[in-house]
Amino acid sequence: MSSSAVLLQFLNGLAGASSLFLVAAGLSLIFGVSRIVNFAHGSLYMLGMYLAVWLSARVGFWASVPLAAGVVAVAGLVIEVFLLRRIYRAPELLQLLATFALVLVIKDFALWAWGPEDVLGPRAPGLASAVTIAGRQFPQYDLFLIVLGPAVFVALHVLLRHTRFGILIRAATEDREMAGALGVNQRLLFTMVFALGAALAGLGGALAIPREPANLEIDLALVSDAFVVVVVGGMGSIPGAFLAALLIGEIKAFCIGLGYSEVTLVAEFIVMAVVLVLRPWGLLGRPLAEARGVTPTGDFQAASRNPLLIALVALTIVPLLSDGYALVLLTDVLVFALFAVSLHLLLGPGGMVSFGHAAYFGLGAYAAALLFLRWQLPMELALLAAPLAAAAGAALFGWFCVRLSGIYLAMLTLAFAQIVWSIAFQWDALTGGSNGLVGIWPAPWLASRTAYYFVALALCAGAIACLWRISASPFGYALRGSRDSPLRAGAIGIDVRAQQWTAFIVAGSFAGLAGALFAFSKGSISPETLSVPRSVDALVMVLLGGVQTLTGPVLGAALFTWLEDAVSREIAYWRAAIGAVILLLVLAFPQGIGGFFRQKLTRWSR
Amino acid sequence: MILKPLFFITFILLTAPAFGQTIKIGELNSYKVFAAFLEPYKKGMDLALEEINTGGGVLGRKLELVVRDDGGTPGDAVRVAEELIARERVNVLMGTFASHVGLAVANLAAQRKVLFVASEPLTDKIVWENGNRYTFRLRPSTYMQTAMLVPEAAKLKKKRWAIVYPNYEYGQSATASFKKLLKQAQPDAEFVAEQAPALGKIDAGAVVQALAEAKPDAIFSSLFAADLQKFVREGNTRGLFRNTVVFNLLAGEPEYLDTLKDETPEGWWVTGYPWSEINTPEHKAFRDAYQKRWKDYPRQGSVVGYTAVYAVAEAFKKAKSVETEKLVEALKGLKMQTPFGPIEWRALDHQSTMGAYVGQLARKGGKGEMVNWRYADGTKVQPSDGEIRALRKE
Repeated sequence: MSSSAVLLQFLNGLAGASSLFLVAAGLSLIFGVSRIVNFAHGSLYMLGMYLAVWLSARVGFWASVPLAAGVVAVAGLVIEVFLLRRIYRAPELLQLLATFALVLVIKDFALWAWGPEDVLGPRAPGLASAVTIAGRQFPQYDLFLIVLGPAVFVALHVLLRHTRFGILIRAATEDREMAGALGVNQRLLFTMVFALGAALAGLGGALAIPREPANLEIDLALVSDAFVVVVVGGMGSIPGAFLAALLIGEIKAFCIGLGYSEVTLVAEFIVMAVVLVLRPWGLLGRPLAEARGVTPTGDFQAASRNPLLIALVALTIVPLLSDGYALVLLTDVLVFALFAVSLHLLLGPGGMVSFGHAAYFGLGAYAAALLFLRWQLPMELALLAAPLAAAAGAALFGWFCVRLSGIYLAMLTLAFAQIVWSIAFQWDALTGGSNGLVGIWPAPWLASRTAYYFVALALCAGAIACLWRISASPFGYALRGSRDSPLRAGAIGIDVRAQQWTAFIVAGSFAGLAGALFAFSKGSISPETLSVPRSVDALVMVLLGGVQTLTGPVLGAALFTWLEDAVSREIAYWRAAIGAVILLLVLAFPQGIGGFFRQKLTRWSR
Repeated sequence: MILKPLFFITFILLTAPAFGQTIKIGELNSYKVFAAFLEPYKKGMDLALEEINTGGGVLGRKLELVVRDDGGTPGDAVRVAEELIARERVNVLMGTFASHVGLAVANLAAQRKVLFVASEPLTDKIVWENGNRYTFRLRPSTYMQTAMLVPEAAKLKKKRWAIVYPNYEYGQSATASFKKLLKQAQPDAEFVAEQAPALGKIDAGAVVQALAEAKPDAIFSSLFAADLQKFVREGNTRGLFRNTVVFNLLAGEPEYLDTLKDETPEGWWVTGYPWSEINTPEHKAFRDAYQKRWKDYPRQGSVVGYTAVYAVAEAFKKAKSVETEKLVEALKGLKMQTPFGPIEWRALDHQSTMGAYVGQLARKGGKGEMVNWRYADGTKVQPSDGEIRALRKE
């Protein structure tokens, strides 16, 4: 690269960093104060884009920007007051489920309101053309962004450092119970911070329209970028977010400039993994204050045995009634139930949130496929050996992950999952690249739907029972002790990290078994088995069912899979419908369905 | 506890398929994920279905479309296809958009021995490396569309070529085919830069900059949708296209072209569908009927959906049966009429010879359109039969 090329790519990186920072800042504020992992942040950004395109045809681009940001702020306000406020008291992570539902609803809303086609906004009047820098053309608008990013940063800095509102935000970020005890009106503060964060997302979206079309895919793509920036910078730290945005923006620009454009597929996740391994709280973050007064998750009473046995018997006789689709659907349910229960071991007893559980599911699926196709192992052996690959992956990633905690741990699991995903996506010769692998069918004697159903039933039921048993074993208790009070657990001689690491390996192996079963039930696999949506699905299943019960994840998996199947058949806007159902369930059963049933049962048995 | 089984039985009775009345086509597609392409596609299908059923259906029975959303992932698509096969008892599967989803369903079709007419996926593999007895594909493949552009590309005698493609199988194989075919036609061509941004996440400013640094005479691109729009706008602003010719797959399809509006770059060579200008009798008839029915103009997807339904209907007619094996034999070598003219379903690799239009982009009244176009027949853009047999391992 010539020196002028370097300069230009540097400027490109700055422009990219500015837009990243705008979105990340809002997300960071919201998390800092309310501890909400706001999945819908990208959707708010998308809403800002569509609104700005729509408004700029009416009032012009420059007027549309503040208007769009304002409308999105109001949307944020409504979301906080009518939804999130009702569930702050619910178990942590339920807010995550609620914002996930919002993603689905907002996506379908945008589809309904603005149609399926991408809409390219206008160029910014007055900044529509390019200036010559070092003999090359550089867009005026990008220069404007380069200035705007730091300007917003300074404005936020002043707001946080020198206003009363800012002091309250910082106080709540540092210790929200203490701030509450000192008489800060938390409800108002949360609402205002959420609206401010939403406004920043809307602003980011509106400012993006001269550079990219408003489209329906932007929401999830963006929210993962924003999360990476926030976590790399340190949750709740605005200067950190700024620094991280710069770092990631420049790295991406220079990957492209130097001809390694393929790396942009995972560049930010590699950066995140490296940063988190070296600095467990991000670049400028500080350890999160322990949230006090969190109710212990309680012990997982073994669900009474009889209903479970009845369910098992019922599942065994299904093939007598049907040899068709019911078996296909139930096989999916079983596989996902095992996947969800394996995640629950980390999430429930382990107290470790994983955003990247699909890594082990996918490793199992790919291992099964590769053993079967490339090494010509018999299908039965491939199926049983596959979990070992997932266990190996979990051992490697888990070793790093258990050194972190909270959201940082979650994001590191995501980073590893994305890295595995990108390898599967890119390594054409081995994994078949983006198309994946086909022709992974069970051995002839297991090939019929009925036979394979029995295989899935036996393995999944056995594995789930095994996982439940593990939760109730001494190891399970040590794990829970490590979750509830790492200090005390350490003091009585429990090696906390070893417990957590073991939990990773166990959970990973069982997820791998689910993945292998999945591969042989579908006959083909693709990188989608390793993707973020797959991880999110598992989280949704566990949360829907209830983290605090053992049977919850199974119920959640059954409900979610059935919903997807039934609703997508009957309703055109099925994503919004699923989102709406989840929202209703969240509001009606904050303990999850499993928790709800358990409450009923205990009350009844008294 | 007694209620539950009762409920279950009622449910089964209610949903039990009605027998014998209609011939069912099980159509699955990613309607929500690729809505821009698939809404017109669905309109095309519905039009064809109405025409066929008004004309008395096929084999004396009415055709019925059972439409499902496949969620855009192979795993869900396979489950949905199983539902169509097992519960709906459809006579043929049809549809899919993304290549990996198409391949997964094709793979299932071979396992369950059901005919699958893949209408849209572009991957070469679905009829070549992973081709199977039960899978046929309608649209011209990535290879075919690339080959269509090569004659014009070679004619220009440009030496320095830069390439940009979305980083997944479609972009990769378009790039590989283009390099191979151009080298054959013009051995002195050089490839001076290659950019492979992630699908849907192109960092257009940096990519345009990097391409410009390589000082290419010409660019081959397989970008589409949002990536294409970002690339075009940045390229226009930064003057990348001032002295370079660009060849871009698919960019002439109304789905992608219409979104560019006054950004439409003049002079690009593209494959696409100049719907307003094709005045052959078969296309005029289709266009008039479509506009009358939907009060909207046809897109590329409309033609694909329309033709796919007709192809299945023709297969039933030729087979005089709804049995899979007979249908497979009937589709092999089936000749039929389409809005793009006559096509044949090649017995060799189950690929239809439907072509596409090759032309140049122009701006007219703030909108993009195709000029200097010609129809590139799908029969003429194929590798040799021997190569295909080797790929299909036959």
